[in-house]
Amino acid sequence: MSEHAGRARFAAIIEADEKVEPRDWMPDEYRANLIRQMAQHAHSEVIGMQPEANWITRAPTLMRKAILIAKVQDEAGHGLYLYSAAETLGVSRDELQEMLHSGRQKYSSIFNYPTLSWADVGAIGWLVDGAAIVNQIVLQGTSYGPYSRAMVKICKEESFHARQGYSIMMALVEGSDEQKAMAQDAIDRWWWPALMMFGPHDAESSHSERSMAWKIKRIKNDDLRQMFVDQTVPQAHYLGLTIPDPDLEFDEETGHWRIGEIDWDEFWRTIKGDGPLNRERIAHKVKAWEDGRWVREAATEYARKQRARLGKSA
Amino acid sequence: MSYDVPLAPGEQPEDLDLSTVAEHGFPLWEVFVRAKRGLSHTHVGSLHAPDAETAIQNARDGYTRRAEGVSVWVVRSAEIVASDDAESLFEPFEDKPYRHPTFYDIPDEVGQL
Ligand SMILES: [Fe+2]
Ligand SMILES: [Fe+2]
Repeated sequence: MSEHAGRARFAAIIEADEKVEPRDWMPDEYRANLIRQMAQHAHSEVIGMQPEANWITRAPTLMRKAILIAKVQDEAGHGLYLYSAAETLGVSRDELQEMLHSGRQKYSSIFNYPTLSWADVGAIGWLVDGAAIVNQIVLQGTSYGPYSRAMVKICKEESFHARQGYSIMMALVEGSDEQKAMAQDAIDRWWWPALMMFGPHDAESSHSERSMAWKIKRIKNDDLRQMFVDQTVPQAHYLGLTIPDPDLEFDEETGHWRIGEIDWDEFWRTIKGDGPLNRERIAHKVKAWEDGRWVREAATEYARKQRARLGKSA
Repeated sequence: MSYDVPLAPGEQPEDLDLSTVAEHGFPLWEVFVRAKRGLSHTHVGSLHAPDAETAIQNARDGYTRRAEGVSVWVVRSAEIVASDDAESLFEPFEDKPYRHPTFYDIPDEVGQL
């Protein structure tokens, strides 16, 4: 197919709200834009295991421990679905991983914050997975087929994440004064970073417009953030927790909760690598990869020998 | 949006060289899962594994953590032969509506047909 015909077909697919599939012609910038977004998404799932895994050995009950292991295992799975989808665009898994390790590609800044108490595990499930869900539900409608399918599968698993988090928060607010204080402290620290997950205001987001035109992105950052705020504020009130925003107020006219201004300096600082744990997260990831080297080498050698043996007996 | 990291002011997106897709690690396998007896295997994604046996183990962990399947196939991605998805391969069918039952007007009186 000529580039001219390919371009026309690509435009028609986007226009008709159909999905672009791996072997279709697509503009180079569409491909690069998607690889970047899907890789960041995959890296986020993988690095996102660290703050929660930090609490697996200290979960308060065996049931909570089993739940947390299942949740963290899901996040590894999400990383797999997304890397798998990104690879359909012609980038290799090795290259993506190398870009994460070298810092050439980023992951969501939310995972650079520390988990200081068990309540943070609850707050992450409720707020961080909650924010991710708002985003990912919309991304099911993204124009690239493999990305969309990965989102459908991920969304099926995410609501368990948010609900187990909220259930941790419920247990804490029904507990002792100290436990209640832990829950409040967790929302105090996670509320703003969770809102930052939706990215800068659309006016300041350089790629936003083009991603919308290509239907990679379907709803604007600020609108997604508002959806999250509207659904989450009543949930905080139900728990009897205070949202750490003195400007938060309900707008009777629009029916939306209005929030105060986000600390964008902190946002950009964390993105540029100066968040509380940026260096530790990557160092831990690289170490895990290096520590596993002998396993990969042994598995490769075993597979080679098996093939050789089969070759002989055949 | 949540897991999409914006470019900080003054930053450039990273360069990607797609001309040399070097695979140094395990080969890639496509994974197909039969959701339940009576249904065909359906493609669900891919994974890297050193051999078929490990690929099946990893597919179980990666794609069927909630009893999504009763059977798994793995196929080396490099072994899949695909059509050229340009429409030309499928267009000839579009001018053959007579292949479909709705092409024929049959009076209601004839009953089930
Ligand atoms: Fe996830
Ligand atoms: Fe999650």
